[in-house]
Amino acid sequence: MSIHPVMQRLAEKLNRTDLPPFVPGDTVRVQVKIKEGDKERLQAFEGIVIARKNGPQGSFTVRKMSFGQGVERIFPFNSKVIDKVEKVRSSRVRRAKLFYLRGLRGKAARLKEIERA
Amino acid sequence: MAVTGIIGKKIGMTQVFDEKGEVHPITVLQAGPCVITQLKTAAKDGYDAAQIGLVEFVKASKITKPMQGHFAKSSVPPVKLVKEVPVELASAKKTEDGQENGNGLKAGDKVLVDIFSDEKYVDVVGTSKGRGFAGVVRRHRFGGGPKSHGHMFQVQGSIGASSFPSRVFPGQRMPGHMGVDRITVRNLRIRGIDLDENLIMVEGAVPGPRDGYVVISKAKAPPRERRGFAGSGTVDPLKASKKASAKKK
Repeated sequence: MSIHPVMQRLAEKLNRTDLPPFVPGDTVRVQVKIKEGDKERLQAFEGIVIARKNGPQGSFTVRKMSFGQGVERIFPFNSKVIDKVEKVRSSRVRRAKLFYLRGLRGKAARLKEIERA
Repeated sequence: MAVTGIIGKKIGMTQVFDEKGEVHPITVLQAGPCVITQLKTAAKDGYDAAQIGLVEFVKASKITKPMQGHFAKSSVPPVKLVKEVPVELASAKKTEDGQENGNGLKAGDKVLVDIFSDEKYVDVVGTSKGRGFAGVVRRHRFGGGPKSHGHMFQVQGSIGASSFPSRVFPGQRMPGHMGVDRITVRNLRIRGIDLDENLIMVEGAVPGPRDGYVVISKAKAPPRERRGFAGSGTVDPLKASKKASAKKK
């Protein structure tokens, strides 16, 4: 089923465009807005992008190791929670979804770093 | 504009984030553009209403002779679909130039999605998707039978007692045709209006398939007017009674 042209135009209008391009395998630092009472502050969530879902309701999954415990967080691209995303480094990966990293830890879970424009 | 409804088309569903960052499912409806094809007045027809038509390409050969004459009478181009919607009378609401019919409307006037600019909620009437001849489990949400031990799954079982009453009571729920019904969904919150593309985005689902025609109208009983709705400043019965008793003293 193709997308209705009206929906296509609407998606272009609604989607945010301020996020930098990144792909699975990249390490990113996501600045997350956190509300405490009536104050708002930023908290960084840094980890490897292990999946990316495209489309008008797209999202990406960031995985990091926190005190030896794997933590994954799924961010919708259009989420208001994301203040900004910084790309930290890129790695060479051979697949689009890096779910195999869940079964690996320590040295085995490393990815080879590459330079990407 | 005192017309209270518009003909639209269901385009599809998506989601939006609001200012708080909460996500809401929305249905995108293309509303209009419509024209008023006929005005009904209390004097002539016994009630006030506007007959509106959806402006969309329609083959000349698909217009019947009687409809051709009807459109010619109010000199509007042929329209795809004609529906009747109530109008708000001038006495209830002031209009900019209330001369004709007392509410400034005349046949040939455009009806656009901006009639909902000041509204928060709409009612949507559509035709539900057809399910064909459906069994009782799907049609009436029966539980169905056990799935193992040599049973049938989706049968309804007994439909009544034996020698008394020797008949099946009227209204007994049975398999039959399901869907393609006129369904009204009330109080869908408006999540956005696009005047350039004639779009209205409402929160939640709307009956019918994509590209199905719907009638969108101003909410008949918006939730704010109802009692006990959280937005209307809910009254804690305990506190309210305390306040009332304090006043008496």
